[in-house]
Amino acid sequence: MQQLTTRMKEFKRSPISGLLFALVHLAAAVTVFVLLFLIFYILYHGIPNLTLPGLFAWEYDSKNVSMMPAIINTVIMTVLSLAMAVPLGIFSAIYLVEYSRKGNKLVKVIRITAETLSGIPSIVYGLFGYILFVITLGWGYTLLSGAITLAIMILPLIIRTTEEALIAVPDSFREGSFGLGAGKLRTVFKIVLPSAVPGILAGVILAIGRIVGESAALIFTAGTNPAVPDSLFASTRTLSVHMYALLSEGLYTPQAYATAVVLLVVVIGINALSGAVAKKLSSKR
Amino acid sequence: MRKYSEKAMELVFMASATVSIIAVAVICIFLFSKGAPAIFEIGVLDFLGGTVWKPLEGQFGIFPMIVGSIYVTAGAIILGVPVAILCAVFMAKFCSDRLYRFLKPAIDLLAGIPSIVYGFFGLMVVVPMVREFFGGSGKSILTASILLAIMILPTIIGVTESAIRAVPESYYEGALALGATHERSVFFTTLPAAKSGVLAGVVLGIGRAIGETMAVVMIAGNQATLPNGLTSGIRTMTANIVLEMGYASDGIHRNALIATAVVLFVFILIINLSLSLLKRRDD
Repeated sequence: MQQLTTRMKEFKRSPISGLLFALVHLAAAVTVFVLLFLIFYILYHGIPNLTLPGLFAWEYDSKNVSMMPAIINTVIMTVLSLAMAVPLGIFSAIYLVEYSRKGNKLVKVIRITAETLSGIPSIVYGLFGYILFVITLGWGYTLLSGAITLAIMILPLIIRTTEEALIAVPDSFREGSFGLGAGKLRTVFKIVLPSAVPGILAGVILAIGRIVGESAALIFTAGTNPAVPDSLFASTRTLSVHMYALLSEGLYTPQAYATAVVLLVVVIGINALSGAVAKKLSSKR
Repeated sequence: MRKYSEKAMELVFMASATVSIIAVAVICIFLFSKGAPAIFEIGVLDFLGGTVWKPLEGQFGIFPMIVGSIYVTAGAIILGVPVAILCAVFMAKFCSDRLYRFLKPAIDLLAGIPSIVYGFFGLMVVVPMVREFFGGSGKSILTASILLAIMILPTIIGVTESAIRAVPESYYEGALALGATHERSVFFTTLPAAKSGVLAGVVLGIGRAIGETMAVVMIAGNQATLPNGLTSGIRTMTANIVLEMGYASDGIHRNALIATAVVLFVFILIINLSLSLLKRRDD
């Protein structure tokens, strides 16, 4: 209380301080309000729609517009993209952190291109995937086209988070391992990587979030077929694409609300998980 | 034996690392090889400067779309940047640890919400709001700007906050010692010292706004004509691609859409370049 009165005195002497004080609080309040409003708006309007008949039926048809196949497809798409991007990303980061020497030209180019990749909009990825896989290779709209496109898209994210996790491993770990006679490879795999796992995992979880939320890159690569694929070369739609399809048909607003709820819950879960993993990392140190 | 596996794995690591380079190269090659001929076939000036987009009549002017992208991006920056910077200042210099533990995940969540959900929210909430207060159909430059402003908040807040935290505490303490209030010290010594980081955040925000597709396509109205006010609808370059790619027949129409992506890509490259220049100045 006393603190407050001294502050008020200060603001009287310097009104601009009072104004700035009010503005920063207002800005933070607005930001939080927008987030909470969005979440509660979607939940409030969406949750009653979750009980629509057949919304979670195993088979999709135009009557029940079930989102179950889309949910299964999302899982398949996520696993496939991660299977490609995670090893590549981790190996890239190992090269950048453990093997490259300072001032290496190749490393510079790799960093610039990784940064470029992370700035490319998802629609451009989608179009690229369309030109390469759908047209040039003649695959058509397929699960594989979508998964490869997404893998390229999340690669820079995996590289960056893994790099940060590897850099955070103290050099004494490496020196200790070398001192005991281990080679470079053994040091990397047995000492450095295990201690960097939480950081890498937090990055992978963020990447899952991006895959689940992606729609623009998938519409023209994986297509919008609402069935569970029977091969890598079948067309699929993930949950986000499903929602876009519902909205562009314009007839299924209640179902779109329900889909938004599921997407939102998944994203909130993913973010919480990533946060928890990252916290584990910082508490260990 | 061990020597060989060491060497082999180093090569594997290096090969993995070059995938980024290959990816960028392949993306450039495929986009430009399809898009550039289309631009020259239509004519560079007719394509970039033409104001009529009627694919069925063979008119491919994307000037309205370029203007559209720039307008909604500018609108998002005008609305979003002040809020984002102030919020970042609050997080770095004003809020208690307990509040921060709530605020930080909230901002991360804002970044994690899929753009299709943002678009849906915009369609259900922002569009009717704009229709109510400003008239028109509600699908307009203003609507898209408001929604994009929300979407770029977490990007700018994150970069700005870490830039502010990177400023040495002695700047702030020096100002306090000279008798400045907490607010004056933060805004007139710490924040100016972080300005290249803040600018980098804004540039990153521009990149996100101009590349956003699914949210914008649902709320911007998508008329491929030059706008005559804040409440008139607009089509962005990204929306142009999504709207027509599905039914564009093989040939010049499809290639014109790819060429639209090429123009967008060039915008992004310029943004990336200015970003790395900013970072270099920082170091």
